[in-house]
Amino acid sequence: MDLKDKLVSSFLAFENRVDNDAYVHDVRTDAFKIFEEKGFPTKKDEAWKYTSLNSVLKQDYSLFPKQEDALEYRDVKKYFIHDIDSYKIVFIDGKYSSHLSQTTHDGMDVCLMSAALSKPKYQLVIQNYFNKVATTDSLTSLNTAFSSEGAFIHIPKNKIVEKPIQIVHFSTGNEAATMLQPRNLIVVDENSHVQIIERHQSLTENPVLTNSVTEIFANKRAIVDYYKIQNDNHNASLIDNTFINQKRESHASVHTFSFGGKLTRNNLNFFQNGERIDSTLKGVTIIGDKQHVDHNTLVHHIEPNCESHQDYKGIFDDNATGVFNGKVIVEKEAQKTNAFQANNNILISDKATINTKPQLEIFADDVKCSHGCTIGQLDESAMFYMRSRGIPEKEAKGLLMYAFSNNVLSSVKIPEIKQRITKLIANKLGVNIGFEV
Amino acid sequence: MLKIENLHARVEDKAILRGINLEVKPGEVHAIMGPNGSGKSTLSSVIAGKEEYEVTDGNIIFDGEDIDELAAEERAHKGIFLSFQYPVEIPGVSVTNFMKTAINETRKAQGLEEMPAKDMLKLIREKSELLEIDRKFLSRSLNEGFSGGEKKRNEIFQMAMLEPKLAILDETDSGLDIDALRIVANGVNKLKNENNAVVVITHYQRLLDYIVPDFVHVLYDGRIVKSGGKELAHELEEKGYDWIKEEANA
Ligand SMILES: Nc1ncnc2c1ncn2[C@@H]1O[C@H](COP(=O)(O)OP(=O)(O)OP(=O)(O)O)[C@@H](O)[C@H]1O
Ligand SMILES: [Mg+2]
Repeated sequence: MDLKDKLVSSFLAFENRVDNDAYVHDVRTDAFKIFEEKGFPTKKDEAWKYTSLNSVLKQDYSLFPKQEDALEYRDVKKYFIHDIDSYKIVFIDGKYSSHLSQTTHDGMDVCLMSAALSKPKYQLVIQNYFNKVATTDSLTSLNTAFSSEGAFIHIPKNKIVEKPIQIVHFSTGNEAATMLQPRNLIVVDENSHVQIIERHQSLTENPVLTNSVTEIFANKRAIVDYYKIQNDNHNASLIDNTFINQKRESHASVHTFSFGGKLTRNNLNFFQNGERIDSTLKGVTIIGDKQHVDHNTLVHHIEPNCESHQDYKGIFDDNATGVFNGKVIVEKEAQKTNAFQANNNILISDKATINTKPQLEIFADDVKCSHGCTIGQLDESAMFYMRSRGIPEKEAKGLLMYAFSNNVLSSVKIPEIKQRITKLIANKLGVNIGFEV
Repeated sequence: MLKIENLHARVEDKAILRGINLEVKPGEVHAIMGPNGSGKSTLSSVIAGKEEYEVTDGNIIFDGEDIDELAAEERAHKGIFLSFQYPVEIPGVSVTNFMKTAINETRKAQGLEEMPAKDMLKLIREKSELLEIDRKFLSRSLNEGFSGGEKKRNEIFQMAMLEPKLAILDETDSGLDIDALRIVANGVNKLKNENNAVVVITHYQRLLDYIVPDFVHVLYDGRIVKSGGKELAHELEEKGYDWIKEEANA
């Protein structure tokens, strides 16, 4: 049975098993119909021209992995930003791990999607926000149909959340192959500020496919900073669908650090519903072997006086492949929009490839939009300069690549994350970047 | 210390160095002059180990060892330093971090521990004072947006930090104003002792007023066609290169 058939035939039983609110039931049922009709995207779809899901879809995934394996914190500590105090929402094979988590209901909700979907006290929030910004493409619909668990974060107005929130999904390989579909909902009300770190981590050699959906609502003047650390092992694939709905004067940023995994597809969508909104999309991709990372971004400028800043850097070695597909839409009403987009890439090996394609659809006349993409090699004269100062070839390469990705790091607000990312970059490049950041 | 014998080098199909002979002993200062395009920068790059140039004949002996097979960084570890005619901009790496990496990598290659942070800071302070470099400058990205003169001063700062045995200064004077020239030359002179050597490449006598050479060589068309004492530089300043070219072509 292929994966689609397997998903389709298991839907009813799944729906009967999970707690059911009538509203959520309808949303799931509608989404299921969409997925059933559309199926998985193929390379014939324009948005999937350079990313084939064939190899990841052919595994025989277990859709509802068995109950959690206990993990000891000390064994998985390294996957957390552990040197800061933080809230943690942790899942093992899709199931919540209370043992590893630190949630709260004290003046805000940092808890579980399953609770939000089933408990009456969250009914209103769910009806107002759940599946309200997610689109109806087939993979998002698939996730919506099977949505039952993930992180639920609701920050009421005028609250600055001092501690960052870490959302971590582990897969243990209890099953031969596992498919996970986490669903996160994050609502940040007026004037509030939150920082979130998300990571998917497979602890097994067995194949794992994650199809994740995150909806973020940044209400009036809210500030949301989101960091995605994608450094999974070579048998784990991730399709990350993130949707951000911004209201007036809100600031939202998403930094995506893609250093690992077999296939990673980021569908990152910003919708600006208000004036004076600021959206930031940044990414550093460093991959090798046969790894594949695809960034598919959308910024939809709907109202006047807003900004968006996109800056993606990619370093590709061996047979690695990259895709950057950045779409910016500026509606007719969205006068005085400033939209910037940059995608710069370095190909280290002759066999690595990158497909980069900006798409600007501008219907307003008084706007400032810029985009640029470059594909290059390492600067030979810089290499010689550094080596002539005694820095060995490998370190010089590493330093140049670190420098190349540096301006993406400069906007990371949490120093511990910046340090961690620098270390990951250094590890990835096999160098000791011999200085503090 | 440095002995170059019959050195031939080319890039792609173009022969640039066509039989260079040069010996530099500890404690000496050599000046290399010569018209544009004669091969001065190529010679310095070949000594420093730039792989773009292919050595087709001859030897470069440093401290008794043929260094032809050594990578640029290995030559640096042995104490060869090149002050670039056109220093390269490295955005995203500060001067300080670059120097820390260079020094510690060199120490590592020499089997030494990393330099303690305190000593590093002290060294940086001392050498930046010697070259009258503002501390703020050191946290900027290496050479990025530096003025021509700032780049050259920064090259000599790096030299001061690394304390090489053999320093090749490729047109370090160009771009420097009169005050900066004095500061930089003074820096070089302070670092000079009987165990190290300097090769200055220049078009002008004015630098040689400060850094006084023991020998002056004229490079023309890939060969050293004339050598002499410091008075040769004066003669060139006065008469230009035509007479040298005539002699060489005769
Ligand atoms: N990478 C290269 N590719 C092609 N030609 C080169 C290359 N490097 C040097 N050359 C050529 O070799 C010759 C010598 O160049 P070089 O830079 O060594 O001259 P120079 O003596 O330093 O001149 P200047 O006084 O102008 O600095 C020139 O004709 C130059 O164009
Ligand atoms: Mg030159």
